[in-house]
Amino acid sequence: MSTQSASTRLSRELIGALVVFALFAGLPVLADAMGDTFVVFFTIRIMVFAIAAVSLSLILGYGAMVSFGHAAYLGLGAYSVAILAEHGIWDVTVSLPVTLAVCGLFALVTGAISLKTRGVYFIMITLAFGQMAYYTATSLSAYGGDDGLTMWGRTEILGSTALGDRTVFYYVVLGCLLTCYLLARMIVASRFGRVLQGAKQSEMRLRAIGIDPYAYRLVAYVIAGMMAGLAGALLANAAEFVSPAYMSWHRSGELIVMVVLGGLGSLLGAIVGAASFLVLEEVLSHFTEHWRLIFGPFLVLVVLFGRGGLISLLPGGRKNG
Amino acid sequence: MSATLFAVQTLNGLQLGILLFLIAAGLTLVFGVMDFINLAHGVQYMLGAYLAVAGYAITGTFWGAMLIALIGALVVGLLLEALIFRHLYDRDHLDQVLATFGVILFLNEAVKVIWGAAPLTLPMPDLLSGSIEIMDGLLYPVYRIALIVTGLAVAALLYVLVSKTRAGMLVRAGATNAPMVSALGVDIRRLFMLVFGFGTMLAGFAGILAAPILVVEPGMGDNLLILAFVVIVIGGIGSIRGAFLAALIVGLVDTLGRGFATDIAKLLLSPSAANDVGPAIASMLIYILMAGVLFFRPTGLFPVRGG
Amino acid sequence: MKRIITAAVTAAAVGLCGAAAQAESLKIGFLATLSGPPAVLGQHMRDGFLLGVKQAGGKLGGLDTEVIVVDDELKPDGALTKVRGLLERDQVDMMAGVVFSNVMMAVYKPIIDSETIFIGGNAGPSPIAGRACSPYFFTTSYQNDQNHEAMGKYAEDAGYKRMIVMAPNYQAGKDSIAGFKRHFKGEIVDELYTKLGQLDFSSEITRIAAAKPDAIFTFMPGGMGVNLVKQYAQAGLAGEIPFLSAFTVDETTLPATQDAALGLQAGAQWAPNLDNAANKEFVAAFEAEYGYAPATYAAQGYDAARLIDAALKKAGGKGDKQALMAALKEAPFESVRGDFTFNTNNFPIQDVYVVKAVKRDDGKYVTETVEKVFEDKIDAYVDECRMN
Repeated sequence: MSTQSASTRLSRELIGALVVFALFAGLPVLADAMGDTFVVFFTIRIMVFAIAAVSLSLILGYGAMVSFGHAAYLGLGAYSVAILAEHGIWDVTVSLPVTLAVCGLFALVTGAISLKTRGVYFIMITLAFGQMAYYTATSLSAYGGDDGLTMWGRTEILGSTALGDRTVFYYVVLGCLLTCYLLARMIVASRFGRVLQGAKQSEMRLRAIGIDPYAYRLVAYVIAGMMAGLAGALLANAAEFVSPAYMSWHRSGELIVMVVLGGLGSLLGAIVGAASFLVLEEVLSHFTEHWRLIFGPFLVLVVLFGRGGLISLLPGGRKNG
Repeated sequence: MSATLFAVQTLNGLQLGILLFLIAAGLTLVFGVMDFINLAHGVQYMLGAYLAVAGYAITGTFWGAMLIALIGALVVGLLLEALIFRHLYDRDHLDQVLATFGVILFLNEAVKVIWGAAPLTLPMPDLLSGSIEIMDGLLYPVYRIALIVTGLAVAALLYVLVSKTRAGMLVRAGATNAPMVSALGVDIRRLFMLVFGFGTMLAGFAGILAAPILVVEPGMGDNLLILAFVVIVIGGIGSIRGAFLAALIVGLVDTLGRGFATDIAKLLLSPSAANDVGPAIASMLIYILMAGVLFFRPTGLFPVRGG
Repeated sequence: MKRIITAAVTAAAVGLCGAAAQAESLKIGFLATLSGPPAVLGQHMRDGFLLGVKQAGGKLGGLDTEVIVVDDELKPDGALTKVRGLLERDQVDMMAGVVFSNVMMAVYKPIIDSETIFIGGNAGPSPIAGRACSPYFFTTSYQNDQNHEAMGKYAEDAGYKRMIVMAPNYQAGKDSIAGFKRHFKGEIVDELYTKLGQLDFSSEITRIAAAKPDAIFTFMPGGMGVNLVKQYAQAGLAGEIPFLSAFTVDETTLPATQDAALGLQAGAQWAPNLDNAANKEFVAAFEAEYGYAPATYAAQGYDAARLIDAALKKAGGKGDKQALMAALKEAPFESVRGDFTFNTNNFPIQDVYVVKAVKRDDGKYVTETVEKVFEDKIDAYVDECRMN
């Protein structure tokens, strides 16, 4: 790939990102003008899943680590916040560090084991850990088990209940998404990110120049786990409710679908993928009870004719994945 | 815990293992030979069961239902292959995952539209509807014994096909190095179609056999798909022998775990805590098993493909 | 999924009344699980509800009624989003439905917080009957423990001394066993907790056969129940060890279990053969309309529609919410289960029966009452409810 195409690609992604985030930023104002409050609530959900998708895209698209247990972090993050709240601890200064620590630790331990495997074996071993987390949550009788746990409020910021306001919460979630996106961009562009992508292409070549990709992969895996944990904490706050269903393997599968649908190897694609997945589901299900009869073939067509995912179909999108 | 009880539980475990093998065999074959992740394998299993129910409504016999369902499953499988899957063989695994996920959504919904959401059933064949008493007060259905025999026969057949015939040799060669086989002038597309058709039939066949003892409902293949993946990953992808052994191990571990985990937990914990911990452990036992196997053998028990 | 059933609004009426017709319409958001294996439960509940609306000529309480049916896909967070859409975008006047407790727990708070009247069609988790009860919530179903308690009392009355209880290892399963034990005082030989979505029950059946209890009690909803019932019969235990159950043997699973379930018993507050005029009319109309036999979910959905209809008439429309809530509380309708009143927590006070599976003369498999276990059953949580 020549330098020039790399830079045009970068600027295209930059323009795309500006458009996407400008849309997100302006949406509440627009919704207010149109008197549609639901769209704000719905977009919060999109952005939360976009954070999870970006985190998965980081390890999946750039490190070829297909985690089929990524929803476990959504659940762990959500449960961290909700369980603390159940015990009367609402403040973000406690709940955020705890959430990140719990998810980071889980990612560190399971990642250290999982990363000994490759390919489909990695997919399945991450599924195994995801399922263990799921079954643990369903048997947590003290916290509602399978029925879930209601949070009777939202996380507080230094004693302030500002997050209870939908618009404030919206911009906090948007801020989190922007931070995660920029962080992921920086990681991808850094030397660390180049090692990660190098390991995806040829592990042998890396080893030949004295780099052991294992540690790089593990660090990336932990970062992705923590990001998804943040998404989980936001999801718990958005729904004011947590349930083991957040970490079922179906949800992990949906996250993979979002990332691949949007376009592998593109962080913006992950956001586009999450948004289009959720919007299509919402819109199609308005037309017919049997909306999956349309959505299923749509996914097949995207694969057959849209190599590189939805992002490549957008104007100025990349031609190859 | 009596020896009889343990023996019966072991038999139960083997029988679950055989059922899992029937589902996993087609999956590992397709995956191993064609390097194709077919998530739709689970809905093809479901389709076998539904077509059998429909076939029973037409013919009124189990065997007629089986014939119709096998042909139907093959036709649908080949149709899917020609329309979609054929174009995905040389694509990234994740593209295959996305496309076959789309097929799952479509077929699960289609089944509900055609046959309704209510669960259905397929009666056992009269020939096999008897039972024998294997333990005081416990009957063992002849059908389940027939299931075990059938599973063993399929395993033997696959073993002979794969290791003794020319087609089997190509399949093994394809599993190890597909481009090389192609370079040697073998029509790889035809081989793939053959293997895929066979795998589809196996999935449908498993669905037919399961229908008399398990519920027939939309989405019935989804959880079994995951179990089948667990089996083939533990066994080593592409290895029929691995899938067979792994299926038996998973069946045994799961059944014995459910049978005895709570009792064992009671030795260590208070009864109420044991009732919390035991079943939770039993639920995740096969996943713990899989994680453990992959930790020590990162490519399963019987790796086929190098690296 | 959203199917909009607009009542047969006659063009003439719209033409004549114009804007007035708009104000005199009723919009109900109906949440049900309609995808995945449990879809059949949601289907019964929805069909029952829509039949109730249809019988009122598409006008509950005389108001042109639009029912927006939404599939919750059994995903609590997704359900919540859809409910927000119904409340804020569609601006529904009322909410109704909900099959599963975890979905109920997720959507309950936002609906109640928005002060929208909510008629539950099935799930009745204990917090909602107790400390989290609300004047906006009514249910035409039951408190979750009811059928389990009924089977516990029935087992105690039948003189069973040694029993094995079995349920899936999740919250509803544990609640079920707790409910059963509330009235059963004999010995529980073994508590078996199975995996959610379990396929093969031979391990558990072997344990049961080895322990030889006087009877077993199980809560095994949906496909799990079908698997268990089939395998229980195939193992030869069906005639030997009495099978008491809740949410396991009913008209949603009987089409799949058929003869294997015959004679198996369950607890329920309703069965198709309950002898009252409203029920006879309901069962006949339901089978004529949909071609299958209704289960309790259908009866509850039907009652929900009829409750709304009667309360709206009594309150003289939807305009005065307090009057409407007061009217709902009086339950001024003929329930298909006979006697029906609301307790202070807006959960029903009703009779509970033991029913058993039978094959009807026309070949359909249905449940039939065996005996009444509770007269005017009151749930165990009503004292915790402090409604203002």
